[in-house]
Amino acid sequence: MKAVLSFVAGLVFALGLGVGGMLLPEKVLGFLDVAGAWDPALAGVMAGGIAVMAVAWRVFARLPHPLVETRVCVPDRDRPIDGRLLAGAVIFGVGWGLGGYCPGPAIVSLVTRMPAVLAHVAGMIVGVVTFVVVRRFAQAAVQTSAADG
Amino acid sequence: MSLQAFAGPVAGGLLVGVAAAIMLLGLGRIAGISGIFAGLLAPTAGTPGDRATDAAFVGGLLAGGLVLLAVAPQVFPAAAPRTLPVMALAGFLVGFGTRLGCGCTSGHGVCGVSRLAPRSIAATATFVAAGMVTVTVLRVLGVAS
Repeated sequence: MKAVLSFVAGLVFALGLGVGGMLLPEKVLGFLDVAGAWDPALAGVMAGGIAVMAVAWRVFARLPHPLVETRVCVPDRDRPIDGRLLAGAVIFGVGWGLGGYCPGPAIVSLVTRMPAVLAHVAGMIVGVVTFVVVRRFAQAAVQTSAADG
Repeated sequence: MSLQAFAGPVAGGLLVGVAAAIMLLGLGRIAGISGIFAGLLAPTAGTPGDRATDAAFVGGLLAGGLVLLAVAPQVFPAAAPRTLPVMALAGFLVGFGTRLGCGCTSGHGVCGVSRLAPRSIAATATFVAAGMVTVTVLRVLGVAS
């Protein structure tokens, strides 16, 4: 049941990206080209999504538990803003502005088998793996320096 | 710019919101695609939650893509905006950056902003601004978009 619900959510999500125009990188780059021939239409995708989710969060607060799950895996809303968050957002934003794909549209567009999409998703995989490796070294370094200190 | 230009994007956004609401109300999870995708690659890099559910969500994304390809192929582009090496670099930055920043357009931009999470508002403002600067710089440098 959990897998079925998750599958349906993924399917509806993909349809929303398609209907919304998010699968057209030229359109995305036009949205980001605020100093040029700006096309603000894609702001509507975020607005529509936020409108539905604003209601969903209110409903969620009244639920004793999720409908088909006993535990909740939602991050703490009020964690502090830190440098890591902002640095990651800058790096992601540069990648988004370079290729016109954020993660969802890139994955959905795999079905086209376009070489550019395959290259993008391959890059995403390398990026995630690089993050895991870098984090492991960083944690080891912190532990070593703590032991030294 | 007519209001009609916003109809498709808003309709698509409502569907995205419904999908995210199914994840939240049904499964108690954030529909953060970068986290779900990363969780499949490396469990410690993704959002908390079980991997079978993640796999089903990504399967749903691909199934939705196939439906679109069958009934509305025009939602996909005829050609990519940039060369292959640039697309690979873009993907690398998207993959690395969304892990460092704990989220992307879906997790921060839709799910986080809609609950007024300060981190998500800051992240969304930052990645949109960084994307705008990148597109502007590329255009000024004469790199066709």
